[in-house]
Amino acid sequence: MNSVLKLLLEGEALDTAQIGKILGLGPDAVERELAALRSQGVLLGMRPVLNPSFEAERRVRAVIEVKIRPEGLGGFDGIAERISSFEQVESCHLMSGGYDLLVVITADNLYKVAGFVHERLARIEGVQGTSTHFFLRAYKKDGFIVSADGSRRDRPSVSP
Amino acid sequence: MDESGRFVARHVASLPKSGIRDFFAIVSKMKDAVSLGIGEPDFVTPFHIREAAMNALEKGRTSYTDNRGTLQLREEISRYVAANYGPEYRPDDEILVTIGVSEALDILLRATLNPGDKVLYHEPCYVSYAPSVALCHAEAVPVRTTAADQFALDPAALRAAWRPGCKLLILNFPTNPTGGTADRAKLEEIARFAIEKDLLVASDEIYSELTFEGGHVSIASLPGMRERTVFLHGFSKAFAMTGFRIGYACGPAAVIDGMLKVHQYGIMCASIVSQEAAVEALRNGRDSVLHMRDKYRERRDFIVRRFNELGLACHSPRGAFYAFPSVSGTGLDSMEFARRLLEERKVAMVPGTAFGAAGAGFCRASFSTSYERIHEACERIARFLDDVRRG
Repeated sequence: MNSVLKLLLEGEALDTAQIGKILGLGPDAVERELAALRSQGVLLGMRPVLNPSFEAERRVRAVIEVKIRPEGLGGFDGIAERISSFEQVESCHLMSGGYDLLVVITADNLYKVAGFVHERLARIEGVQGTSTHFFLRAYKKDGFIVSADGSRRDRPSVSP
Repeated sequence: MDESGRFVARHVASLPKSGIRDFFAIVSKMKDAVSLGIGEPDFVTPFHIREAAMNALEKGRTSYTDNRGTLQLREEISRYVAANYGPEYRPDDEILVTIGVSEALDILLRATLNPGDKVLYHEPCYVSYAPSVALCHAEAVPVRTTAADQFALDPAALRAAWRPGCKLLILNFPTNPTGGTADRAKLEEIARFAIEKDLLVASDEIYSELTFEGGHVSIASLPGMRERTVFLHGFSKAFAMTGFRIGYACGPAAVIDGMLKVHQYGIMCASIVSQEAAVEALRNGRDSVLHMRDKYRERRDFIVRRFNELGLACHSPRGAFYAFPSVSGTGLDSMEFARRLLEERKVAMVPGTAFGAAGAGFCRASFSTSYERIHEACERIARFLDDVRRG
């Protein structure tokens, strides 16, 4: 694996200068690697992982199961790409099983989610049915345990 | 006035306090210190091993075990040691499960030393060796290892340090704090010396899985050594299980029997939960160990390169997770260097003298911490060195 990508995946918040020092590369070389990863479509972007409770009072998240009829409308891809183009949509996946697309959206409140489902999603040609579920509480997010009292570390800072 | 000190035994009162304690006291009060002083893995125990411990609790496995440890664990240890180190030990009477290597070494010393016996060991070394010998009313005889040798034990130095009355030789490769290792040729020479002088060898191989280059050879696997070696090992470092406090000793039945006596009166047995976790570690932990070893190696390469760039001469340790740079070029001794670095730039390194007189002029920097912290520590050390050079 690309050494820059490997470091990024370890999840430490390192800037390009730090990455360069660690890998023995100049910052320019790191920037070039990152640009290459982006242009190859490997690296889509980098974002901080927030504790969902941080924005829970202002935002709601919902997962929507969508059943679609793919004939003659660009197929699954055409409909999925159209749904993905909405700003509210955080992620959109084609699934195996009882429904076809799994769509995660965030919105200011429950009514905005309802509006999106009824006025946008349901009106897209080929969408046959939806089932919406709201996120209540997060216990783990993107590999990070979400702990109410923060992480507790008893490890001594100096030991033999 | 508190005069209760008169109750403390003379040989305990005269033991020096561990130099590491002072540093810990200062660092623990500092808010934004970066510590390179951590002598344990920064990884959490691999999940499947923690799960085994949880299962043990859920199944109600909360009793004592056989003094020697559960037969299941001893059988796994026997297999693991034979497969990875060579010698075969009988689970019935040649293996003893202990509270880490710390207990194993302590009871080995207590089971074998008579007052006045002498014990050879190489320095710089882990902080407990000389004090544990002193607690047995025996005499610790240090053999100096040097940076020129990458802190491998020079057989000639060992021979020169030997005196009549030496009964035991403690080896620790890879070494805390230097990362020193011993190759087969050196170990063969040391083995011949041990046979010639009829020494019992205590081989602390706690860092052996974390050998980056050259492969690890156990002295217990060399001809004529199995019968005079006690192989000490545990789970703390390679499996990141320090808090489980679990280790073991393998050796000749008579010595293990002696250790068992001390162990059964003093300890009874190791925690059953930790023993169950240890079984899982030995059965399925290999991939986790290799993953962590690779991470340590990458971080080693980084910190060693940075130290050398900064003018702190540092060999590349072949094992363990400690860099041991020389600080003598700064004109400061180890203690001054460590104290000023901590006070002025809030980076904690352990002065080499905490690991014996042979550590003078060096400091220990653990790279068992994140790249981010290592990077930040090196930036601060660079600023510190600038200050020192300007006077």
